[in-house]
Amino acid sequence: MADLRINLAGIQSPNPFWLASAPPTNSGYQVQRAFKAGWGGAVWKTLGEPILNVSSRFAAVSFNGQRVAGFNNIELITDRPLEVNLKEIAETKKKFPNHTIIASLMVEPKQEKWHEIVKKVEAIGVDGLELNFGCPHGMAERGMGSASGQVPELVEKQTYWVKEVAQTPVIVKLTPNITDITVTAEAATRGGADAISMINTINSLAGVDIDTWNTIPHVAGKGAHGGYCGPAVKPIALNMVGECARNPHINVPISGIGGISNWRDTVEFLLMGATGVQVCTAAMHHGFRIVEDMIEGLNNYLDDKGIASVMDIVGKSVPKYSDWGNLDLNYKIVARINNDVCINCNKCHIACEDTSHQCIDRLKGANGESILRVREEDCVGCNLCSIVCPVDGAIDMVELPNELPPMTWNERQAALGAIASNVDVIKR
Amino acid sequence: MSTVKQSRISYDHIAANFQEVHPGLSNREAAEEANRCLYCYDAPCITACPTGIDIPTFIKKIASGNLKGSATTIMSANPIGASCSRVCPTEELCEGACVLNHSTKPIMIGNLQRYATDWAMKNNQALFKAGKKNGTRVAIIGGGPAGLSAARELGILGYDVTIFEAAEHAGGLNTYGIVSFRLPKEVSYWEVEQVESVDVKIKTNTKVGIDISVQEILENYDVVILAIGMSSVPNLGIEGEHLQGVYDAIEFVRQTKTNPITDEFLGKKVVVIGAGNTAIDGATCSVRLGAENVKILYRRTLEEMTAYDFEYEFAKQDGVEFRWLTAPVRIIGDELGNVKAIECIKMELTEAGEDGRRKPVSVKGSEFQLEVDAVIKAIGQSRYVDLIEEMNLEHDGGVVTINENTYQTSNKKVFACGDVIFGKGQGEAMVVSAAQQGKKTAHAIHQMITKTVSETA
Repeated sequence: MADLRINLAGIQSPNPFWLASAPPTNSGYQVQRAFKAGWGGAVWKTLGEPILNVSSRFAAVSFNGQRVAGFNNIELITDRPLEVNLKEIAETKKKFPNHTIIASLMVEPKQEKWHEIVKKVEAIGVDGLELNFGCPHGMAERGMGSASGQVPELVEKQTYWVKEVAQTPVIVKLTPNITDITVTAEAATRGGADAISMINTINSLAGVDIDTWNTIPHVAGKGAHGGYCGPAVKPIALNMVGECARNPHINVPISGIGGISNWRDTVEFLLMGATGVQVCTAAMHHGFRIVEDMIEGLNNYLDDKGIASVMDIVGKSVPKYSDWGNLDLNYKIVARINNDVCINCNKCHIACEDTSHQCIDRLKGANGESILRVREEDCVGCNLCSIVCPVDGAIDMVELPNELPPMTWNERQAALGAIASNVDVIKR
Repeated sequence: MSTVKQSRISYDHIAANFQEVHPGLSNREAAEEANRCLYCYDAPCITACPTGIDIPTFIKKIASGNLKGSATTIMSANPIGASCSRVCPTEELCEGACVLNHSTKPIMIGNLQRYATDWAMKNNQALFKAGKKNGTRVAIIGGGPAGLSAARELGILGYDVTIFEAAEHAGGLNTYGIVSFRLPKEVSYWEVEQVESVDVKIKTNTKVGIDISVQEILENYDVVILAIGMSSVPNLGIEGEHLQGVYDAIEFVRQTKTNPITDEFLGKKVVVIGAGNTAIDGATCSVRLGAENVKILYRRTLEEMTAYDFEYEFAKQDGVEFRWLTAPVRIIGDELGNVKAIECIKMELTEAGEDGRRKPVSVKGSEFQLEVDAVIKAIGQSRYVDLIEEMNLEHDGGVVTINENTYQTSNKKVFACGDVIFGKGQGEAMVVSAAQQGKKTAHAIHQMITKTVSETA
């Protein structure tokens, strides 16, 4: 049994699985159910001045019949009075003293507002604070959420105000609705953040009803952009986590968020530098019980690898993540088709023929059977055929021996600069 | 279709037993199954379909919600594609060729085809338009699968087409000869409407040779297509065949599709002679009419049986018993002239005969009697030899001789397709093959006519 406990900037948690600040963590009843199911922590639905919500709030994107490939919401922060939330946080903490409760906070960008709410929340006992600089809809129109999260100076200043009074660790939650998330991440660390979390939701419109021409969802025939999350956003979130993790100016732990649905996604985020993850959409799709498999799967994975503690895998893939200019131009892989496994759907052929490099031939074997063969000399190793292939093991991407020593673009440019000539140092 | 879960036979509501067995895929089931299709390039299912339906394309259109387009893709390749989705031996054709047989399980192509065509049926869609008239008049004798298929293609190409149909409704075998719980007649009627929507005239209740002379047709039309199929079940040639309670399987099935369902078979013992698809239909119809016991008697074995595997499975699930190597000797009647029993004899197979099948011979002294109330004959179909001869066409025992490429008969202006050319090693017995032959006949005619026009121009 591996040790699944994490320590994120001093915040202890029995496991890396937290519920993100969102509808699942709206009340004490829900968070207590989650803790009973096995979740290690919960980031309480954002506290602030109570707001008014609209009716018709969520929408999801189906892909080829798969429901909730992506999820979109226009719900705002908590719509319940602060006192009620604080009372329930206290009750929950009392019942589950070893579980992690983080209070998510959002107030107007004013020093006294931040001081006031931090003091009130810490007074009832939480394990940490998460500053919501990410909510992309509604609150942003009032200068809060992503409106302040998109301005590095505001991120830095507000984090600083919070740190002036906070007794518990402060996590700054970042918005992905920005060109380069490392800029705001750095601003948060300059403001004194103990950790950062990402990503909040991405500006989105889930769809348009092609019969009524209404937006999806619509409120009395009108729509507004919401925040996108769920499995579809995972690659975007993973990149942002990786970019922050490998940035030498961002030296705080990261809480990973964005499309995490199972233990495999979790392992990926941890390897790419997250210390623990936050989950929302998967729980909204299936209920809190999904955490049982997440815990067991992660534990079995660590045991299989002989790794004692989950903390030992944090960031292990970060050194492997770099810039394009550092990739070896002389590395070569090609596709190889195993005709004994191939079922002859010809999808690799047509994908390569129409949209890649026209190097998969349809041939007849010795007994007249259909076979597919890659002309390796024309294959660029794009992977497309193996991506569209529906059968495991039918197409392998095979490494070819390097004919030339490794040479990255950056090295090539440096070499060219040094010798100031046009010698060709890569294989064409 | 082999995965169909049959509901129990009701003895209180016999008519309910004749409702279509499978309710069809739900929207969700269809979406999931359509999305499971790999959308192969140059897919083997297309090659395996006798009418060459572009199956991945119609399935993709179901997945995208373009059901009209999906139905059009199906029906353009197969004018009776709604019927075929129900009666084709799909595991031997499209589904048998699906590449997923080699990895998971094949796509339910038949059920998806039914889903798309059911949608078109429910939504009253006319999928095709008549072509600009070219002035050539075509008479089609017989409005069954082959005739309808030829008519639809010719209608789209602009021919002035008239179908002469002996029965009250067109559709032939699909309307009258395949049991309702497999193929409701409304499906066949819809396909007939699709043919009519391309300006094809259908003269029903019109028997050629009786209501209109052969001569009149040959004189008044530029081209004639003979698609008359086959006739009634021939006699067994045994004693007692004319007793009350001896039925022709085809006529028997036709009654269940045209007259109200009655309870006259309730509690009866029935034997069916023969083991083709029509025999299965006769047997399962009997079960569904409330018969207490239904046996199929076949003089050969399971190996030689011509019924499709899924039909055989269906009959077994319906509780039909099979008696292999059993031939009828005589039918015994009571004093009122009703069937009382059937005397049978056990058979054994000897060496292969001329047709390659092992010849059954009777085992001396193995006679036995079965108490029965009804005997249903299903030993194949006889042929409309008189009409063929009246038209003066070359034939071999009622199988009209054709040029295999053009479907042209010994009379250059007469073409033939469907069951009338099936037999003696020629053609195929499947409904879907008749559809394809009809299509190809139409194309051959079009080629001949356009060639003539360009030559004379």
